[in-house]
Amino acid sequence: MADSEFLFNMDHGYLEGLCRGFRSGILTQGDYLNLVQCETLEDLKLHLQSTDYGTFLQNEPSPLQVATIDDKLREKLVIEFQHLRNHSLAPLSQFMDYITYSYMIDNIILLITGTLHQRAISELLPKCHPLGSFEQMASISIASTPAELYNAVLVDTPLAPFFVECISEQDMDEMNIELIRNTLYKAYLESFYNFCQNIGGATAEVMGQILSFEADRRCFIITINSFGTELSKDDRAKLYPRCGKLYPDGLVKLAKADDYDQVQNVAQYYGEYRNIFDNVGNGPSEKTLEDRFFEHEVKLNVLAFQQQFHFGVFYSWLKLKEQESRNVVWIAECIAQRNRGKIDNYVPIF
Amino acid sequence: MGYYTNKYHLALYIVFYSAIIIVGLYYILSGLGYRFDIGWFFEATSPFMWADLGIGLAISLSVVGAAWGIFATGSSIVGGGVKAPRIKTKNLVSIIFCEAVAIYGIIMAIVLSNNIAPYDATAAKDILRKNYFGGYSIFAAGLTVGLSNLACGICVGIVGSGAALADAQNASLFVKVLIVEIFGSAIGLFGVIIGIIQVSKSAMGNKP
Repeated sequence: MADSEFLFNMDHGYLEGLCRGFRSGILTQGDYLNLVQCETLEDLKLHLQSTDYGTFLQNEPSPLQVATIDDKLREKLVIEFQHLRNHSLAPLSQFMDYITYSYMIDNIILLITGTLHQRAISELLPKCHPLGSFEQMASISIASTPAELYNAVLVDTPLAPFFVECISEQDMDEMNIELIRNTLYKAYLESFYNFCQNIGGATAEVMGQILSFEADRRCFIITINSFGTELSKDDRAKLYPRCGKLYPDGLVKLAKADDYDQVQNVAQYYGEYRNIFDNVGNGPSEKTLEDRFFEHEVKLNVLAFQQQFHFGVFYSWLKLKEQESRNVVWIAECIAQRNRGKIDNYVPIF
Repeated sequence: MGYYTNKYHLALYIVFYSAIIIVGLYYILSGLGYRFDIGWFFEATSPFMWADLGIGLAISLSVVGAAWGIFATGSSIVGGGVKAPRIKTKNLVSIIFCEAVAIYGIIMAIVLSNNIAPYDATAAKDILRKNYFGGYSIFAAGLTVGLSNLACGICVGIVGSGAALADAQNASLFVKVLIVEIFGSAIGLFGVIIGIIQVSKSAMGNKP
């Protein structure tokens, strides 16, 4: 009862209203049409001033770089997310923490890889995603092997349960970094899914759909990327998150797949995924598989706003803003490199 | 009915129902069933208790409903008003609808309390009957008004929250959602009408 529509507004009503206010500032199709017609990055900056972004690029020295635009977009997003997180109460605060864990995983892997290649910690820290920062980040460089790293540093972070569930200490040293990343992400996704199901109500329904699509998407991507590498089929099957629609039958078939056509056959059994796999290609008027996955994700995230009194709006707003950042950076890159051929390949949101 | 959030709730449920069953069986099987006398209970309690309970319920449940509605709507208006300040003034209408629910409660409580009067407990049977009837009808009217205002307040509150957020996205939606709210607030009015009808025949006191 506490998080159904009767008492939701007691703890979370203001933040939901604020989040929906942020969502109404997401760029529309009209804004994208303006941006696509810009000739230079200065024009882009001018057009962004009339949107919700305002004068965020005001103090940047010219000439403007695409990397600066990317950083500033992310900074605005992070400020808004931190504001919401600071004002939230449980269980919304736990929910938002769960969202940040995926960025934490990326940061940890980045830092481990950097440390293994003998890079200085001061060089790596600015590359980390600010949403995934945690207190022990700076002390990651003291450990020289992943096992030591776990014992000394990671066991105090919120990610410790994800390490414990799937990897033992000996595994950490032998496994390839990418395998560690994928195993961690699998544990994280399943834990997040169970958390949302325990909250129940509209949150469970909305987040269940979004997270099960995320799980299935990872299964497909892992399978396709593992063709031609030395990852065995058993190891690959251990990386599949089990909270999606593909579990259990689709995952068994995917684990046995040998090439792209077999993966496409597995997708034929599921209505939405069949549509995604059609018309995929690298030609000028076709979209890549990643693009189609992004489109489907955007569609699910937009649908989350149709219901009220659930936490899915916070997750969906964050993902839509990220997609918008990717779109703006894509357009900026096309403009900066003067290659307007594929400038329309952004994923439209509204 | 078989879903319990944890073992504590299940244990409480089992203890409660087995206590009732054991006590009930004890009375029945030992021939002491006559001690469980509902008629005696109703005759022995004073009609003033029922009447005053009714008045208390009328005002308190109405206020709970109004408060519930106001916090539900108010937090959404404040949240939505950050990025869309134009909604702030128009959406106060939703708060006014919720407040009306509390006003119904207070009016009914005053009307009901005017029906209470002292009576002589040793008077003739028909005067006693009239007073008992008065006590029960005031209780019933108070409960009617209280519960229907509780539901009305929650309804108007949740719809008002949706109205505020819809208005923040698209200004033309506000009037449409307001119509839903008006229907919701009508149900509180139904409760008041029925409450008035319930007490219209009753009067406590010494006159026959």
